[in-house]
Amino acid sequence: MSDADTTHDQGSGLSSHELEVSRPGASTGPEVIGVRKGMFGAHDGGDTSGYSGLRREIVVAGAAERPYGSYFDEIADNLERGLVGGTASYAEAVDRVVVDRGEMTVHVRREHLLAVARVLRDDPSLRFEIVTGVSGVHYPDRAGQELHAVYHFLSITHGGRRVRVEVSCPDDDRHIPSIVSVYPANDWHERETWDMFGIEFDGHPALTRILMPDDWPGHPQRKDYPLGGVPVEYKGATIPPPDQRRSYN
Amino acid sequence: MSTHTEFTQTEVPDAGDNDVYATSVADEQASEGAHVFNASGGDWNDLVDEATSLGEERIVVNMGPQHPSTHGVLRLILEIDGETVTEARAGIGYLHTGIEKNMEYRTWVQGVTFCTRMDYLTPMFQETAYCLAVEKLLGITDQIPERANVIRVLMMEMTRISSHLICLGTGGMEMGATTVMTVAFRERERLLRVIEMVTGLRMNNAYIRPGGVAQDLPPGCIDALREMVPEVRRGLGELEALLNENPILKGRTVDVGVLNLAGCMALGITGPVLRSTGLPHDLRKLDPYCGYETYDFEVKTRTSQDAYGRLRIRIDEMYESLKIIEQATDRLQDNEGPVMVADKKIAWPAQLALGSDGLGNSLDHIREIMGTSMESLIHHFKLVTEGFRVPAGQAYQAVESPKGELGCHVVSDGGTRPYRAHFRDPSFNNLQAVAAMCEGGQIADVIVAVASIDPVMGGVDR
Repeated sequence: MSDADTTHDQGSGLSSHELEVSRPGASTGPEVIGVRKGMFGAHDGGDTSGYSGLRREIVVAGAAERPYGSYFDEIADNLERGLVGGTASYAEAVDRVVVDRGEMTVHVRREHLLAVARVLRDDPSLRFEIVTGVSGVHYPDRAGQELHAVYHFLSITHGGRRVRVEVSCPDDDRHIPSIVSVYPANDWHERETWDMFGIEFDGHPALTRILMPDDWPGHPQRKDYPLGGVPVEYKGATIPPPDQRRSYN
Repeated sequence: MSTHTEFTQTEVPDAGDNDVYATSVADEQASEGAHVFNASGGDWNDLVDEATSLGEERIVVNMGPQHPSTHGVLRLILEIDGETVTEARAGIGYLHTGIEKNMEYRTWVQGVTFCTRMDYLTPMFQETAYCLAVEKLLGITDQIPERANVIRVLMMEMTRISSHLICLGTGGMEMGATTVMTVAFRERERLLRVIEMVTGLRMNNAYIRPGGVAQDLPPGCIDALREMVPEVRRGLGELEALLNENPILKGRTVDVGVLNLAGCMALGITGPVLRSTGLPHDLRKLDPYCGYETYDFEVKTRTSQDAYGRLRIRIDEMYESLKIIEQATDRLQDNEGPVMVADKKIAWPAQLALGSDGLGNSLDHIREIMGTSMESLIHHFKLVTEGFRVPAGQAYQAVESPKGELGCHVVSDGGTRPYRAHFRDPSFNNLQAVAAMCEGGQIADVIVAVASIDPVMGGVDR
């Protein structure tokens, strides 16, 4: 199967959801999202390297603890203050903050996304004027949070500060509130993410397909959607389509 | 392949409740009473007579996707009242090629070859954004050799000029000024000659790689650069003489396609359109990358908020880019050094050489790995077929492309391929301003307004 290439090694590991339950201390350390087996991770043949028993954990940065460093503490403080008196407090709205590779990611619970976006734009101490779109990511093996919508905000007022807001939703309830009412610029970006991942942005003025034809079935950039392709003949040999070639992981 | 067929469009499902092609009740209501005129041969006068006899005021016209002045396959859906555009919408997707999806099935290095084909007029910018993002994931941003960064800046600025020249040239042609087009394309050739000299290709270069650039500048390149810059500067002067005070051009562009700062902010517009409102927003200054903070250049702005202001900004920016090219040339002449990161587990092993048939593996390198060093051969094979692994996580990197903020969001699951690569193309975002710029204006102004956004559909649709 075509999608096995990319999802194989995630499938072999534990989902982050389970790990959060089993490892309460994980909030401070790196988070294990999967296990890589063998030397090459090739799935279509035996591992002849002699290292087939090798198991390596795949880790990503877990929730960060204060101080976050850089201007990130200031953003968190201002967000906390800006949310006071609104529909949700900081603790309710923000699931966790991850600081990794010099970038700040605020994981927001989806029901409070609109409130957070409004504060990010309107609070003078935050003033993120521009959202540079939403990027969908599909993690088929993270039960309960398969689909992620990743927003990047830019503040021109505050000298190019950036913050990433990440929202997730389960695959069987693909709803995330639209932020078009706050950031009209996100109109087409949300349409693209709906088109490609099937995330329904509630409250979007006209959530229709934008890149694919209107009557296209399926959402092409989901991991369970095959890449497709045909074998190609080159100098007498037949090259299989990209998703059926030998691959490493 | 069996799973694939169910997604292809050729298979029409059985009519019934699940028929996705069936006309819905809403469709029927919307089209009830509406007259559709299809012009396919025959006498146009019959069509016009028929339309006139119906006495309908509301006319919806599809401009494109094959209209020659809509920049490729952009479809503009205009509701017109006489010559006035009362509503304008942009329809896109005709050039969607699934590049982002395809990148998930190739190694990290091969990703460059794909993303360079997005906005085909600004290949270096996609490459740089992608490579900077991958380098951020790898944690090697600080290890990129100085010379590689200078070459990246040089290539980006040359590409910026060539992209702006296309914008002005095609924009001029759309308004009927073919001389502008020929001058712009002539000057672009000078830049492309140097780009071809360095990368072996005029476009779709795949020259900038994670960790550095594919190869060092060839001998004679510095001289070619020194020769090219004054020539292009002279050509730009010619272009300015043709454009700046041309009464016809000013009549077509002044106060056309107006979008003020509030509109730009609301719609997330960046690039020359935003700078034409007076805001000096440029990521090269605001959030420098590749060492842009060490170059002496200005961010050009105007306050007219119209198509004319954007045209002048593009011309001014080309002069600034020439300044940067001169500074970069000086640095490249003075400093030798590696152009690829020292880590041999990331750096592309093959040494490339420019042959008579384009860029290929250098014969010296082939002789070494095939003839003398088994370890080199294994190393080469592993890196090329398997690729390097990138630690799991995500990164976002934005660069100032000629059209605005070009962002790249890459996600890694720790493997040898991108788990997800998303590009925030500036044209895609900026096209949202078509309605705000065109409604209430004339049909002819739509062309000017769209040209002032400078969308390239390869980047919009990806």
